[in-house]
Amino acid sequence: MFRIGVDVGGTNTDAVVMQGDQILSGVKSPTTEDVMGGVVDAVERAITDAGIEKSGVTAVMIGTTHFTNAVVERRHIARTAAVRLCLPAAQCLPPMVDWPDDMCEAVGGHFWMAKGGNEFDGRKISALDMAEIDTIAAEIGEAGIDTIAITSVFSPVSDEMERAAMARLAERLPDASFTLSSEIGRLGILERENAAIMNASLRALSERTVDAFGRALEKVGVTCPYFITQNDGTLMNRDFVQSYPVLTFASGPTNSMRGAAFLSGKTEAIVVDVGGTTTDVGALVKGFPRPASTTVDVGGVRTNFRMPDVFAIGLGGGTIVSAEGEPLSVGPKSVGYRLTQEALIFGGKTLTTSDIAVGLGLADFGDTSALTGVSPDHMQAVKAHTDNMLLNAVERMRVSPDPIPVLAVGGGSILVPEQVGDLPVIRPEHFSVANAVGAAIGQISGEVDRIFSLESKSREEALNDARKEATDKAIAAGARPDSIELLDQEDVPLAYLPGNATRIRLKVVGDMNG
Amino acid sequence: MEKIKTITRADMADVALGGAFLGTGGGGDPYIGKLMAEQAIGENGPVPVIGIASLDDDALIVPVAMMGAPTVMLEKLPRGDEAISALRSLEAVLGRKADAIFCIEAGGLNSTIPIAVAAAAGLPIVDGDGMGRAFPELQMVSMTMFDVHACPMAMADEKGNALVLNTVDNLSTEKFARVITVEMGGAGLIALYPMTGAQAKRAILPDSLSLIASIGRIITAEQTANRNPADRLAADLGGMRLFEGRVTDVDRRTEGGFARGQAVIEGLEAYQGRSLTLKFQNEFLLAEEDGTPAAITPDLICLLDLETGQPITTEQMAYGYRVIVFGLPSDPKWRTDHGLELVGPKYFGYDIPYQPIEDINAKN
Repeated sequence: MFRIGVDVGGTNTDAVVMQGDQILSGVKSPTTEDVMGGVVDAVERAITDAGIEKSGVTAVMIGTTHFTNAVVERRHIARTAAVRLCLPAAQCLPPMVDWPDDMCEAVGGHFWMAKGGNEFDGRKISALDMAEIDTIAAEIGEAGIDTIAITSVFSPVSDEMERAAMARLAERLPDASFTLSSEIGRLGILERENAAIMNASLRALSERTVDAFGRALEKVGVTCPYFITQNDGTLMNRDFVQSYPVLTFASGPTNSMRGAAFLSGKTEAIVVDVGGTTTDVGALVKGFPRPASTTVDVGGVRTNFRMPDVFAIGLGGGTIVSAEGEPLSVGPKSVGYRLTQEALIFGGKTLTTSDIAVGLGLADFGDTSALTGVSPDHMQAVKAHTDNMLLNAVERMRVSPDPIPVLAVGGGSILVPEQVGDLPVIRPEHFSVANAVGAAIGQISGEVDRIFSLESKSREEALNDARKEATDKAIAAGARPDSIELLDQEDVPLAYLPGNATRIRLKVVGDMNG
Repeated sequence: MEKIKTITRADMADVALGGAFLGTGGGGDPYIGKLMAEQAIGENGPVPVIGIASLDDDALIVPVAMMGAPTVMLEKLPRGDEAISALRSLEAVLGRKADAIFCIEAGGLNSTIPIAVAAAAGLPIVDGDGMGRAFPELQMVSMTMFDVHACPMAMADEKGNALVLNTVDNLSTEKFARVITVEMGGAGLIALYPMTGAQAKRAILPDSLSLIASIGRIITAEQTANRNPADRLAADLGGMRLFEGRVTDVDRRTEGGFARGQAVIEGLEAYQGRSLTLKFQNEFLLAEEDGTPAAITPDLICLLDLETGQPITTEQMAYGYRVIVFGLPSDPKWRTDHGLELVGPKYFGYDIPYQPIEDINAKN
């Protein structure tokens, strides 16, 4: 009964083997171009170190930044058809209206607007016109596009039209894959449509990547089911992530924060995750990352996903430091994954934050004799500067005057001092693989975000209905029914609307089955 | 404050930010209106802004706005020509063409929509507004105090419906129009309060667009310099930082078709150990510390993110947000007996006398 957590980062692929709450092993391996090689190496070594039988592994949980990076770098993006059911409304701002030009180009900028959509109370704006949908199908076919995002006005209230349009388009385009906005986003049509289009454009990559993970595990000889983590610390099974790759956006910081909470046993804390180039600082509330309050841009595209509130600064283990005698500066440039060639202690020519940490005796690696040319005064000055950078970042994320701990994790966390301002620093065991631990402890969730009418039922009844719907979703996604608990609940009465309309957002989580 | 002469595409980001600030928690996110204005300006060129002093006395000024639930407009985007349709209907009734567009509400979504309409109609926009902030009802404009009638008023939706209302007074206009917005799907575009240049000179609040743009510029500049904009906003606008803390409770309920409620903010830093209660009805209307008012409508109460200085709406506000509560004196027109009758604490059901924000906070 073992679980394996894997984190595929830009620089390293980490893996841990866990049994219950015990961490049996944790390893780091360089990420490879094909992704698979790094996963195979890390998982094999983690299993060997733990000394377990492969057949005893019951689940593998993988966290990956692959899809976020694809959007940010505009790579592996498929040409996508955006279909919006709205006419005669919503013509003034067509799909992708506020996208950066290069991202719009990457998906091809193909969109169609058609009759359809609902009012807030479920009335139709106009009926779906099947002849119009057939014309769109023909044009999509001619353009040679095989992934389609469908967005209908008020589809979080009624998804009927998105489904009907999908059924018709699928008859005409049997090879196409579909993303429905109602399955991904919340109210706010532009943000929800953006997420649907990005999702559609990533589906082919998602299928390839998920297959590659499967083949990597097969190569290692692990045959159990595997899961991918999403941005709220919960898990998706392989079919689900193939359909909804956008839900992995920002899962990296979430995993490291959840891992830090687990490793330290703290549920209220500031987490400082120091990597090679940047440091992510976030806040834990009840063991989960605090969500960002505003809309979040992904690669310049506005979305309304629930993302962790993360403050990033240009400080990492490979950050370049000014030489002695020059005006003091730290970063934001970094030698990144070339640390083991370019840092002084590894025989290189560049002074980095890792050199300073080793020089001051805070860490012990590399060749200290290479640091004879750097004076203790300079090292102390740099250290004071980096301590101050971390203090500012931590203060920014702090939610209360209570002396909650700072959890230092990540490969570069030797840079974090023993105390940040008045807050004590905890370095949990296995701190360098906290993100893989966060993946390994991922939970299954179910979410509802819809407008309910309180005309014929009480607020309490509406919340109960929503809770049941979310619970059913979580169970369908693989959660153990008896472990389900409410994670977050919010209801916002909608101004000016009659019938006491209220918008309920609610999320439940549960432990994974098996 | 620098007077704005034209509004270009590049100005819209600052205008939307300033509009969100003056939304005083309500009025909806100006983002959609910003995109519409950017598009209309891109197609038709920048919008000229006319200062109130240079208005011809017999010019026809027509305010345009969105009426209804902003949440609806963020989901059911406009077709694009509804406001023009409302404007044309009104012109047909009046038998003459509008000479300039006017912004009825300087805060929220309605701060940006009239700019899009002006660009699309090829008309200039007047530097002023009817509220100096956001308020929830359409009779709550300075024009009501100067006997400018809301009617004839035109309303239009994306399906092509265009209705003209004639009612006995501005409060009745609000009541009837509100019912129609619901039938239109929760929101509609309106043209109302047609007035001459001479009337406008007496009845409107001047320089609002210049104010919106300059607030936006200050917030952007301070954010870029990694400073919270509150101090510079206080210095430049004559406002004040009322409180700083963390939202620890938000209680919302629907009453009479409005999102009413209150939020409790526990003090941080210099405000530690203290607690402020914010009462809202779409907009923030009353700030109280231990039952003693710190700011009262019509004075402006704005909520800013403690780190970024970004304005926060009553709908966005949630447990755990760290915020600055910022206060700004309202236009003197609102502080008259007639003004307070329209938008003072009693109208909103708060049984306290109005006191100017400067007086209350000078005593502390």
